[in-house]
Amino acid sequence: MNFTINGQKREADVDIRTSLLDLLREHLELTGAKKGCDHGQCGACTVLVNGRRINACLTLAVMHQEDEIVTVEGLGSPGALHPMQQAFVRHDAFQCGFCTPGQICSAVGLLGEASDGWASHASDDLLAAVELNDAEIAERMSGNICRCAAYPNIVDAIRDIAEDGR
Amino acid sequence: MRSFDYSCAQTPQEAARLAGEAGARFIAGGTNLLDLMKLDIETPGRLVDISRLTLDVIAATPAGGLSIGAMVSNSDLAANHRVREAYPALARAILAGASAQIRNKATTGGNLLQRTRCFYFYDTASPCNKRQPGSGCSAIGGFTRIHAILGASDQCIATHSSDMAVAMVALDASVVTLKVDGGVRRLPLAELYRLPGETPHLETVLEAGELITHVELPPAPPGARQIYRKVRDRASYAFAIVSIAGIVSMQGARIATAALALGGVAPKPWRDERVEQALIGAVPSTETFEAAAGILLADARGQGSNDFKIPLVRRALVASLRDLTGVAA
Repeated sequence: MNFTINGQKREADVDIRTSLLDLLREHLELTGAKKGCDHGQCGACTVLVNGRRINACLTLAVMHQEDEIVTVEGLGSPGALHPMQQAFVRHDAFQCGFCTPGQICSAVGLLGEASDGWASHASDDLLAAVELNDAEIAERMSGNICRCAAYPNIVDAIRDIAEDGR
Repeated sequence: MRSFDYSCAQTPQEAARLAGEAGARFIAGGTNLLDLMKLDIETPGRLVDISRLTLDVIAATPAGGLSIGAMVSNSDLAANHRVREAYPALARAILAGASAQIRNKATTGGNLLQRTRCFYFYDTASPCNKRQPGSGCSAIGGFTRIHAILGASDQCIATHSSDMAVAMVALDASVVTLKVDGGVRRLPLAELYRLPGETPHLETVLEAGELITHVELPPAPPGARQIYRKVRDRASYAFAIVSIAGIVSMQGARIATAALALGGVAPKPWRDERVEQALIGAVPSTETFEAAAGILLADARGQGSNDFKIPLVRRALVASLRDLTGVAA
C-alpha cells in the first residue's frame, strides 16, 4: 500500500485489517500518535487527514491511500516546534505526556474548523463568527481525554494560539 | 479482528452488488463498524468500501428541500450553511453527538445505521438476542440506565443511539436507496427502522446489499421554531439519556404545526403523531404540554434502573414545548 504521510511518500506491506494507527506506529515508526483505548473514546491517536482531525484507531489504513496524512511528527520537530507545540510547552499543558500528541493534533484541527466558521454545541448562534472562549475550546476538545487532568492549561495553550491568529 | 476481503467500490451499483453477498457489509466512515469488529461483535466476511463514491454532495431539491449524500460527513452536514439556517434542529443534533474527530469521519448513512450502545450487546460474554438471536436478553433485569421505555419488547430493550436521526425524523426526512437489482426506493426515515418484537437482530427494512444513497429533507415549515434538547450524563461526548427534536410553528395564539421526535428512549427515533395532534390547534400552556406528555408516556414502561426516564421525558418535553412556543414557566 502507498501513503502520503507528513509530506512524504511511504510504502508498507500490511494486513488488510491494519488500522491507520497501527500502520503509523508499528510499520512506519511514527509513534507520536498513541494507542490509548483503541476505540475512539480517548483521542490519543488523533491525526490530521486532509486537514481534518480523526481518530486513527477507528479507520483502516487501506482506506487512506489517496489522502494527505499529518501526524504530530509532521507538525514540528525538536528545535522547530509548531506554534501549538510551543504553546503547550509555554503553558505546561501536560503532565505525563501520553495524550499530548493527540491533544496537539486535535487542537490544530480545531483551529482549522473554527476558521472555517464551524459552530459547536457550545455556540449560542449557529451562524455567528466563532469566538474560541474557554467553553468553546472545552466542548471542541471533548474527544481528547487527559487522565492527568491538565485541561485548564490545555485550554490556555489553545486560546493563546487562537488569539494570536486573530 | 477477524480477517475479511476488501473491495473499494467505484460506483453505487457495484457497491450494492458486492454487498449483496452473504456476510458482506458496507464500510463508510467506519467509526462504529470497526469498533464492533475489534470486539468480534461484527464479523463481516467482506467489507465494501463506499468512501470513494461521489455521494458526498449536499444540494437543494426542486421542491425547496435538501438532498444529502450518504457519504456527507456529520461535520460537513452540521457546518452546511443551508442546514444551519433552515434546519437548525439538525445542526444542533449533530453537534450534540460524538466528538469532533468522530463527526469528521462518520457519515450520514452510517449514522443512521449505527448499532445500539447497549452494554450487553457490547459484552460478548452476555447473551443478547440482537447479537445472537435466541440467546436471551441480559439487559432485562440488568443495568438499564440507557435502555428503552417505549417500543421495546421482552426480547430486547436496547435504544437507538443517534442524535442526527432524531432530528431527521422530526423534519420528515426520507431515505433514498439503491437495491442490488438496480431499483431505487424512497421511504420515510421513520419507516426505515423496525421495532425489536421477536426479531431484535433485524433493525431496518433494508434488504441485503441495499445502499442508502441519499437522505432528503422537505422544506422546513416556514416560521417554525426548531430545537434539539439533549439530556446526558456528562456535558459533552456522551449518548443521550433523553433527547427531543422539536419543530413547532404558531398561528396567533395557537399551535399551528408540531413535530416532535425523541431519542434515548426507544429502539428507534420515537415519534407519536397522537401527541402532535393533541398540540395542533391548542393554546400553549403548561396544562396542554402535560397532557401531551401524558399521551406520549401512556404506554411507557420502566425496567427498574431506567424508571427515572419517565418523569425525565415528561419534564424535558414540557420544557421543550415552552421553548418552542414561548410560554413562560
